[in-house]
Amino acid sequence: MQETMIRVTDLKKWFPVRMGFLGTLLSKEQLFVHAVDGVDFEIRKGEVYGLVGESGSGKTTTGRMLVRLIEPSYGKITYHEQDITTTPEKGLRPLRRKMQMIFQDPYDSLNPRMTAANIISEPLESLGVAEGQELEERVRKILEDVELTPPEEFMLRLPHELSGGQRQRVATARALVVNPEFVVADEPVSMLDVSIRAEVLNLMLHLMEKYDVTFLYITHDLALARHICNRIGVMYLGKMMERADADDLIKEPMHPYTKALIAAVPVPDPSSRRTEVVIKGEIPSPVAPPPGCRFHTRCPEYLGDICKTKEPSVVEVGPRHFVACHLHSKH
Amino acid sequence: MALLEINNLRTYFDTLRGPVKAVDDVSFQVEKGESMGLAGESGCGKTTVALSILRLLPSNGKTIGGEVLFNGENLLGLDDAAIREKVRWKGISLVFQGAMNALNPVYKVKEQIYEAIKLHEPDLGKQEAFERVRKLFEMVGLEPARVENYPHEFSGGMKQRAVIAMALACNPELVIADEPATALDVIVQAQVLKLIRALKEKLRLSMILITHDLSIIAETCDKVAIMYAGKIVEYGDIQTIFHEPLHPYAQGLIQAFPNINAPKQSMISLPGFPPDLLSPPSGCRFRPRCSYAMQICKEREPEVLTLGKELHRVACHLVAKT
Repeated sequence: MQETMIRVTDLKKWFPVRMGFLGTLLSKEQLFVHAVDGVDFEIRKGEVYGLVGESGSGKTTTGRMLVRLIEPSYGKITYHEQDITTTPEKGLRPLRRKMQMIFQDPYDSLNPRMTAANIISEPLESLGVAEGQELEERVRKILEDVELTPPEEFMLRLPHELSGGQRQRVATARALVVNPEFVVADEPVSMLDVSIRAEVLNLMLHLMEKYDVTFLYITHDLALARHICNRIGVMYLGKMMERADADDLIKEPMHPYTKALIAAVPVPDPSSRRTEVVIKGEIPSPVAPPPGCRFHTRCPEYLGDICKTKEPSVVEVGPRHFVACHLHSKH
Repeated sequence: MALLEINNLRTYFDTLRGPVKAVDDVSFQVEKGESMGLAGESGCGKTTVALSILRLLPSNGKTIGGEVLFNGENLLGLDDAAIREKVRWKGISLVFQGAMNALNPVYKVKEQIYEAIKLHEPDLGKQEAFERVRKLFEMVGLEPARVENYPHEFSGGMKQRAVIAMALACNPELVIADEPATALDVIVQAQVLKLIRALKEKLRLSMILITHDLSIIAETCDKVAIMYAGKIVEYGDIQTIFHEPLHPYAQGLIQAFPNINAPKQSMISLPGFPPDLLSPPSGCRFRPRCSYAMQICKEREPEVLTLGKELHRVACHLVAKT
């Protein structure tokens, strides 16, 4: 396949926990939310990469760090071999043209006082991509691309005059209008109704392919990721537990967490129903994550002390199939 | 006789722009020990059905026709006091949507469950009632000692379990669960679904499970009613509906759910969006989105047809023709 576009090495993001006046006064130890705590992966040009995990796994924080909406605490992000981890804001401007984001909630991410045309033309203006006649032409073109036609009818609408699906099309148009190379979409269809979801998603995927955009798709829905992604990375409590080609990951999961996650996905087929293997408990607090392997407190294949004390290293168990688990690292 | 029988239920909401026909001629039955899934997208009227059964509609909502027979008695004919004393919690209980926020944050969980018990069994002593709360906690897989906690000390999944325990507090015959697993993470969701299945077996509970997620219904229910724009478009045994759906909307909705076990495929989409219930389209309400629409679909509303076994019903001109 193609060259690596984005490479992430030991990326971390710790958010300080607010201590309050008294806490600072008594000089208690500063606590951190270990939102992302050392993840490695790479995204190749042209692929749809799925970042999957439960809430609190750090998938959104990771996605936002890649486009530098959140400053990484540690680690390295390279984009076409160029280190962009600490590029200052000014130097980021050319990058902003290349990397765009689509947010989860189309009711929140569009300014309610701006018309669709203004929302879409804003990145063109502020990044100095186009102006005047050309700008209008591009807005019109992209509205046609996202199937909000005829464009005249939608250009002057405000977000409240659009349905959820239409808003997410505007958000997609805003991201794609500057011709980016890389787009991060954070649960872009989870707020939409079921029957509209597939349509919006298919449109997004179609456009990403048409404009040769590499796509990072963040979701909690493993079943969906399996159908739209080439590769999947599974996160848990700020760590990447397993990453592999989508088919491999679903058919031959190696990490006990991935297995549990797959088993927990409800299947829309009454004949194959009732998956019984369900792990206990809920995801622990990221302020004080468990030592050793993060998953050892809930792991059905717990090996003993080693899981509690030593953090498993990442092992390549098959072609492009990586797992961080002592079950696979001991031999 | 079915435990719950709903015939031709109609509930309309008065709004400034006119009446919204949220539930329009809905009929179904739930037998003893059976669980039925009520599926549909937001705004299709599925929650309104539940609120109409328990007579919990907001002030601008009114049930203007039909009957709700619970053990043969029409709940729509009862006065408020009778509904409160005889039916709610005791006969039929409701697990509210967003159960995570359904608990009062300033009371201990046990006090809140006790409140429901006290109303229906005033003779029961406080200590005995708390003892029952502890038993209920054990039944839903929570540690009995946690009854002393406040809701904020619970995680999302634990709150959901506590709300389920509350729904079971007065030994109801029927539990209506409105999106019981929606805001939860996949693994916690699977745990809650497993609990629901176990309780259903153990207590021989009858259930109505309201959700937009057909895969949850496939995992827990015996039969399913699929609603669209205030009407049930198809109703029947779960195997029949999932494997041989006849209504184009039911077919589309089922295909819209990705199956993790199926080979990789592109997602199948339904074009368009649900209609505005202030002025629903003429004839069949699904017509504007239906790829099989015919002239008759525009002119006449399809009748509800009963096929083969009595259980399978569908409202579509396409099926009527063949």
